[in-house]
Amino acid sequence: MRIPVSALIGLFFTGLFFLTAILAPWIAPYGMAEVVGNVWEPPSDRFWLGTDNIGRDLLTRMIWGGRTTIFIATLATVLSFALGAFLGFMAAVIGGWVDQALSRFVDLVMSIPPLIFALVVLSVMEVTTPVLILVMGLLDSTRVYRLSRAVAADINVMDFVEAARLRGEGRGWIIFHEILPNALSPLVAELGLRFIFAVLFLSTLSFLGLGVQPPASDWGGMVKENKEGIVFGIWAALVPAGAIAALAISVNLVADWVLNRTSDLKGGRGG
Amino acid sequence: MTKELEYYGKKVARGLMDRRAFMGRAAALGVSAPLAGTILAGAVQAAGPVRGGTLKAGMQGGESTNSLDPATWASDVPISFGRTWGETMVEVGPTGEIEFRIAESVEASPDARTWTFRIREGVEFHNGKTVTPDDVVKTLQRHSDENSKSGALGIVKGIEDMKADGQYVVLTLDSPNADLPYLLADYHLMIQPGGGFEAPDAGIGTGPYRVAENQPGVRHVGTRFENYWDAGNRGFADTVEITVVNDATARLAALQSGQVNMINRVEPKVVNLIKRVPGVTVRNVSGRGHYVFIMHVNTPPFDNNHLRLALKLAINRQEMVDKILQGYGSVGNDFPINASYPLFPDDIPQREYDPEKAAFHYRKSGHSGSILLRTSDVAFPGAVDAAQLYQQHAKAAGIDIEVKREPGDGYWSEVWNKKPFSASYWSGRPVQDQMYSTAYLSTAEWNDTKFFRPDFDKIIIAARAELDPVKRKALYREAALMVRDEGGLILPMFNDFIDATGPKVGGWVPDGNGGMMNDKALIKCWLEA
Amino acid sequence: MSAIVKLVAQRLALGLLLLLAVSVLIFAGTQILPGDVAQSILGQSATPTALANLREELGLNDPAWLRYLRWLGGVLTGDLGTALSNGQDISEAIGRRLGNTLFLAFWAAAVAVPLAITLGLVAVRYRNRWPDRLISGLTLASISLPEFFIGYVLIFFFGVKLRWFPSVATVYDGMSLWEKLNAIALPVTVLTLVVLAHMMRMTRAAILNVMQSAYIETAELKGLGQFRVIFRHAFPNAIAPIVNVVMINLAYLVVGVVVVEVIFVYPGMGQYLVDHVAKRDVPVVQATGLIFAAVYIGLNLVADIVAIVSNPRLRHPK
Repeated sequence: MRIPVSALIGLFFTGLFFLTAILAPWIAPYGMAEVVGNVWEPPSDRFWLGTDNIGRDLLTRMIWGGRTTIFIATLATVLSFALGAFLGFMAAVIGGWVDQALSRFVDLVMSIPPLIFALVVLSVMEVTTPVLILVMGLLDSTRVYRLSRAVAADINVMDFVEAARLRGEGRGWIIFHEILPNALSPLVAELGLRFIFAVLFLSTLSFLGLGVQPPASDWGGMVKENKEGIVFGIWAALVPAGAIAALAISVNLVADWVLNRTSDLKGGRGG
Repeated sequence: MTKELEYYGKKVARGLMDRRAFMGRAAALGVSAPLAGTILAGAVQAAGPVRGGTLKAGMQGGESTNSLDPATWASDVPISFGRTWGETMVEVGPTGEIEFRIAESVEASPDARTWTFRIREGVEFHNGKTVTPDDVVKTLQRHSDENSKSGALGIVKGIEDMKADGQYVVLTLDSPNADLPYLLADYHLMIQPGGGFEAPDAGIGTGPYRVAENQPGVRHVGTRFENYWDAGNRGFADTVEITVVNDATARLAALQSGQVNMINRVEPKVVNLIKRVPGVTVRNVSGRGHYVFIMHVNTPPFDNNHLRLALKLAINRQEMVDKILQGYGSVGNDFPINASYPLFPDDIPQREYDPEKAAFHYRKSGHSGSILLRTSDVAFPGAVDAAQLYQQHAKAAGIDIEVKREPGDGYWSEVWNKKPFSASYWSGRPVQDQMYSTAYLSTAEWNDTKFFRPDFDKIIIAARAELDPVKRKALYREAALMVRDEGGLILPMFNDFIDATGPKVGGWVPDGNGGMMNDKALIKCWLEA
Repeated sequence: MSAIVKLVAQRLALGLLLLLAVSVLIFAGTQILPGDVAQSILGQSATPTALANLREELGLNDPAWLRYLRWLGGVLTGDLGTALSNGQDISEAIGRRLGNTLFLAFWAAAVAVPLAITLGLVAVRYRNRWPDRLISGLTLASISLPEFFIGYVLIFFFGVKLRWFPSVATVYDGMSLWEKLNAIALPVTVLTLVVLAHMMRMTRAAILNVMQSAYIETAELKGLGQFRVIFRHAFPNAIAPIVNVVMINLAYLVVGVVVVEVIFVYPGMGQYLVDHVAKRDVPVVQATGLIFAAVYIGLNLVADIVAIVSNPRLRHPK
């Protein structure tokens, strides 16, 4: 299998970001909330990326911020897929009123814009990390549900599924042995897009002041903390924004590659 | 040679060059400093007020829930806009002296209990009616009503009797108060026709501008009131305009791009950066404003004085001033008074950062677990950062502060004065009595530390009646110590007010009473041609 | 033809039903917001009698379903109630804000939609060659940058440095159309960049999908020019998915602009909602929530109907 250069670049950087996130406590040069220098110092050999708005090491903040960003976005994405894909497959395989009820409910939730939904929920609830993950995961699961249902419905009418049904296999068996393997590629591609969406969504929430609580911060929150510096070209504001973009582009490159491979195999995603 | 210097002088007058640069040019041209100063003063004088144009301010401190009812005002935008259309009986000038507005003179009885104000004749409201002493009395009455929920309730409560007598208004106090004129300068006490009983939010006053447009949280516009009584000194622009720009970066960008002529609340973080921007002048003035963390002394765990002392000792004030204010301010000492006030008790030792002593008091308090500190971007510029710095300072004393950032919108209505431990700011008052009356007396509506102490109230009231400055100062010293050692106020820093103006803004006079020339920039400044 | 009419009518009815369900959801949701409305109006020093009186006055003692019906009745007659925090009439306040939001969305769409479709067509025409890759790369970058960052960068360059456009996009009555357009130039640019990528990519994918059909090959074999094939044969058949993605993005332009409104200080619906959510101003939250949902459902409905009308195969659902 030949992997295109763009996908390789994407894979490399995605891997690098995730590895940094996992290893944060061991590789960060200073404490996450530790004040070690002056405000907005330029990069130096003590502080490789300079310092932030109250004199914390920017590199340390970036590493920990990446950990927060990736941790929350990953869990939210996993949650949305676990829930959305499972319900989507169920709806497609069982059909009938289950399908109707689920689909109409999803329509209902989707008709309230996600950012508005999140704003209302988060401004009345205590904003904690689990709540953030839950809100983002649940909101996103509706989109995953739609895709999974459409893909599964396509597969569900194929001959090999008919055959399995005639053999007397149960619904669970069909979902896990026939539908899931065949639906994997489009879902993986979607996984990437959903992950990016989660990263950007989290940044937006943080920017509006509804993200994780200080002194912890995700990259979006770091842009917010240092945003007065943007119009003066201060590093502390530009670096996290660049990191968000770099992460999103890397994952996108990987997702694109998976998606293209899928299209070659199946000739279209359906739904 | 002097011609060239005069040209530069004009540039300074128009705000296109700063004073220091001018002196530099003068030195380069071989002109002595005193002569250069004279040339400069002449140029500025000659420039004089210019009439016309639209003076625009981009300001933080406005929400879509603001009202024109003066009783409700608490943030910069409604107050600044209020000053364009309304006026109080008296005002406190930039140097702390009383300026007469709707009232033209005042006389006090020897015991400072009965005050007689002569009301200026021929002052006209925007609705064409002439101001009568009766309007003044009714206004004061409206604000003394418990149900009005006026921010000035604590101030006017002590007026036992108020009546109009010919062209005079006679106020009798329940106890003597030597500072009464200062109290009546409070911005809530805008004189309204009929006291504003019928339509408190009509926006009809005696100010230099009529309310032309009022979109709370978005934009406020005033157009010149032709019959303004003091047109020679105020209201130079044809139109004044406030655009609400709560985002600090957007505010700065609006000034830099020339969309507005002045902005308030420049973040100290960027002051040194914008000083280099051509055309922008930073206007900073040290004043009585202070950034605080407030504890409700009647709510556990803050009802324990050991815990309060621990928290007061666990803050590094100097680092706060250095990092949060970038040096544009001075350290505080846990009582709301600094050297800018008359009768400042100057012999109270400065409380220093002392993690060990803090740890000692913390152990004595018996408290364990984390302490929740609420903060917000709007509490004061850098409030979220300050809370995180504080968290680090307290950590050294073994005190675990948990910082919670609250949404900016609604912070003043839902968190401040309601939650037991939060970040906040006070803009200060012209005299000590007023500061204590507004926020520390048991009866004060804005007693945001819930400091209900009859013995303290007694001291303040005694100080009010005391006409001997030495004794009065001693009383204020006692009051300050009480707040400092037993109150719920943690006061790490007094901030400079930092505003900024673009090119062409004339008439700016530093006013330590508040930001934006104590919210009078729009009515006192003009646009150079 | 009557089959189509019936189908469209069905969709419309379904949309209305959905809207009704959403109104129930919003009402129920706002009822579980913590905090007592009467308490938040009167403040913490209110006496119990005053609280009881106000509750009675606001009808808070009535059962929930009755309050819901009363609210719904108000909404249907155009009365959205009064804001608790400042006593303003909500219909009036929202009218102005909604107008602003739609104004911004309209101009963003007017730029973004034709641009996205054109770029999509160009990408298909030169697929897998450099124009395609360049367009894909640029749109990928624009989708990956947080919109607040794009906003600030644009403010910096075009507002502060070059001074081409104002950085604060406040619009108000009495501005000429030209002044308004000038004021919203930067937010429109940000919104365009944000929605462009998605629309362009879906356009490209939808057309490519159709291009694999047999009749396109026939057309190509007939020797018709590439653009002609794409425009005359592939595009019309890809119209349904394209309209679909356009509608999704239009909805985003209306409901998803909170961030842009905050950065550019634009007085639209999003900012209005954010201001009032924090104050537990339930009537305002209900009203804005319902309007957002109505816009969203309405645009999806349009997409559905276009899909039905444009595609013969969809006229006969199984």
